[in-house]
Amino acid sequence: MAAESLTGKGMALRASSRSRLGAALQWSIGPALAVAGTAAHAERQYNLQDPVTPIAKQILDLHTYILWICVVIFIGVFSVMFYSIFAHRKSKGHQAAQFHENTLVEVVWTIIPFLILLFMAFPATKTILAMKDASAPDMTVKVTGYQWKWSYDYLDHGFGFYSNLSTPYSQIHGDEPKGEHYLLEVDNPMVVPVGKKVRVLITANDVIHSWSVPAFGVKQDAIPGFVRDSWFRAEKPGIYRGQCSELCGKEHGFMPIVVEVKAADDYAKWLDEHKKAAAAAADDPNKVWDQRELMARGEKIFTANCAACHQANGKGVPGAFPALDGSQVVTGPKDGQIKTVLNGVVKNGQPTAMVPWRNTLSDIDIAAVITYTRNSWGNHTGETIQPSEVKVARQG
Amino acid sequence: MSSIPHDHAAGHGEAHEEHAHHPGGIMRWITTTNHKDIGTLYLWFAFIMFLAGGTLALTIRSELFHPGLQLVDPEFFNSLTTLHGLIMIFGAIMPAAVGFANWQVPMMIGAPDMAFARLNNWSFWLLPFAATLLISSFFVPGGAAAGGWTLYAPLSVQAGMGMDMTIFAIHIMGASSIMGSINIITTILNLRAPGMTLMKMPLFVWTWLITAYLLIAVMPVLAGTVTMLLTDRHFGTSFFNAAGGGDPVMFQHIFWFFGHPEVYIMILPAFGIVSTILPTFSRKPLFGYASMVYATASIAILSFLVWAHHMFTVGMPAAGQLFFMYMTMLIAVPTGVKVFNWLATMWRGSMTFETPMLFAIGFIFLFTMGGFTGLVLAITPVDIQLQDTYYVVAHFHYVLVAGSLFAFFGGIYYWLPKWSGKMYDETLGKWHFWLSMIFFNVTFFPMHFLGLAGMPRRIADYPAQFTDWNEVATIGAFGFGLSQILFLFIVLKALRFGAPAPARPWDGADTLEWTLPSPVPYHTFETPPVVS
Repeated sequence: MAAESLTGKGMALRASSRSRLGAALQWSIGPALAVAGTAAHAERQYNLQDPVTPIAKQILDLHTYILWICVVIFIGVFSVMFYSIFAHRKSKGHQAAQFHENTLVEVVWTIIPFLILLFMAFPATKTILAMKDASAPDMTVKVTGYQWKWSYDYLDHGFGFYSNLSTPYSQIHGDEPKGEHYLLEVDNPMVVPVGKKVRVLITANDVIHSWSVPAFGVKQDAIPGFVRDSWFRAEKPGIYRGQCSELCGKEHGFMPIVVEVKAADDYAKWLDEHKKAAAAAADDPNKVWDQRELMARGEKIFTANCAACHQANGKGVPGAFPALDGSQVVTGPKDGQIKTVLNGVVKNGQPTAMVPWRNTLSDIDIAAVITYTRNSWGNHTGETIQPSEVKVARQG
Repeated sequence: MSSIPHDHAAGHGEAHEEHAHHPGGIMRWITTTNHKDIGTLYLWFAFIMFLAGGTLALTIRSELFHPGLQLVDPEFFNSLTTLHGLIMIFGAIMPAAVGFANWQVPMMIGAPDMAFARLNNWSFWLLPFAATLLISSFFVPGGAAAGGWTLYAPLSVQAGMGMDMTIFAIHIMGASSIMGSINIITTILNLRAPGMTLMKMPLFVWTWLITAYLLIAVMPVLAGTVTMLLTDRHFGTSFFNAAGGGDPVMFQHIFWFFGHPEVYIMILPAFGIVSTILPTFSRKPLFGYASMVYATASIAILSFLVWAHHMFTVGMPAAGQLFFMYMTMLIAVPTGVKVFNWLATMWRGSMTFETPMLFAIGFIFLFTMGGFTGLVLAITPVDIQLQDTYYVVAHFHYVLVAGSLFAFFGGIYYWLPKWSGKMYDETLGKWHFWLSMIFFNVTFFPMHFLGLAGMPRRIADYPAQFTDWNEVATIGAFGFGLSQILFLFIVLKALRFGAPAPARPWDGADTLEWTLPSPVPYHTFETPPVVS
């Protein structure tokens, strides 16, 4: 189910089971299989999903270990039973023995299973303790379950977003063919960096949901009114998919979980974009701002985006970056400055260090930073630039 | 359990048969206080509920035949899974077990009837009302309960009046179970024939004695938690609402404190039936009778200490996860003892394979597989991967369908000649077994793969990579369902046209009921037999 394709082993199993079932099924549901059998059969698997975290790997190994112990016991026990069924039957003239007790045997087959259980409990205990160690995370994301979607809040960065099923209803109702990630795709996936310990704080808004990503070995119920935590450290970039795993009402089957694990720099880029987009989205574009608010905000924007070149004191770096303090652009007509900030400065057809800010700063941010520069240091224009003016300039 | 001399008892009831005064027609069944009549009522009721629950299951499987929504909308789908579970557990398996107890406990301990005959009547006649309440909730505004048979809060707080009807149905069925259990315990402890000491009782009686204690212990717990749900829904309490100081997880703790012993309530009588059938057809006494009793009691006690293994994903401290994992694993020990004892009973016997024996062996085989998946699920980290997936669905159907239900089928074939005086068609019985065995596995084995791959349970539509195993499971489910129509046919054919059954059709059978003629007289053991 993870984005990664099938292993060779999976392919082999798929082929053999196809032929095994083939004969029987073709008669009864041949046509049905032919209809459903395109994308549907591409990723079938027989075991836990390929693990991408150390915990999921431990769980897979633990399951394999327990399963083999069970298989050995199964073969032992049922060899005895089927031998007995074969040999000790009346039709073969076998006479019934009349024993009905043997203390030694009964003690032995009580103690041996107990010892086997100890061998199972030991590695299981180690894994439980490892899973419970959510200490020292590199980052924390709060996950909230809703009827019927998830939201992800990046607590360290002050933004968050909803994550809705993106499979169209026409696919669900069979009006168009089902896509590759039918019911396992969302509009906004959770994004995390590879190799980092990500702590997830999980809660719910209405009823109990369960946040589950099998490839990470994480499944944690989201309880309304309470916060639970879990963690994972994904070791491989990719897109990993899971589904809500606690019945939460009508659309329970329609609130998947998609986590995109990105390389560190891709993640940084993603984070940056989202921080800005979120900051922009947080404000009402039609609000009329007073100068004090704009100055306060503008100082932050200036410090984060402009001060590296123009310097905090607005003096710039002579010969490299122009001063804003006393600048003709900054103290001249405001439309000129707005255009400069929006579009950057191009000299001789070449972009300069003054890049266009129209895609990285919002109207409000631009209005704030311009207001700030026009009323700081030695600049005393007294003007206040409203976001609506930036909006107009942006369109013009 | 040594064999019992019983020349005295045989023929005793026959004289009375002619003098049995009871109304005829429908009034016989409404007013009856006879344990045999009531046992029959319980069994037919359970079978009708089994067909009703099965119809819901087949609707579920039809919707899941292909990805996409075809037949039902998701909310109705949730009602189907909820009512399927409730009907099968409270309507089919539990009443069937009580039906066996009614028929067999008095006859196996040499008692004339149940201790509280009128209470017995009432215990049964509550059930049709509860079932009507439950099933008619499909037709009220908002539809039937859709929060799963586990009724987790706060989802169940949201539901419409169908949920209230479900809550009242559970209250009524719980009252029925508690009264039935009091009756069974009193009967077993007080009405045993002279010489029938506790450790001489047939194992079926022992398993029911322990089951009845479990029922009395946990049915009030279930009633309590659904009542809290009811007051949260209508009377402004906040037991399960964090905003009011409650905790949604508390519902789960209370529910599973009932729910886990409930699992054993459904399987222990089946253990008893299998422990009766196997010695008969192996022509050899049950191996390790005393250890079977102790194992049953151990399982019952441990069943109170494992409830939170249903809740490993709610988020509990490591110490909690470890405790419940160790306790759950520990249950494998007495359960293993039982399986080994059954094998040792068969070992060096002189076996024949009539239909009851086939179902008993099928039970051991498939129940053990369900036990293995139970062990896998006991391992907390693995459980966290598999919780709420089809792996769990596969697991509990292996222990409840191939476990309890197969044992009950075996029990019906085993005792039908005694109860009705008619033999069933052995060939058709074997067909029923093999069809059930094959289609059961076609239905449920693929669900292990689905669960491992991550398919959640209780979803009306699923990602396309789960398609083919769902198709196989659906085909298996229809095969399994139709095989049960064959069972109905076999029973009706036996009742109508069956060859007369001898008093002891199974030469290895040695419990007290086989000392009575077939069909068994209306009143039996009015003078207690003497057991040496």
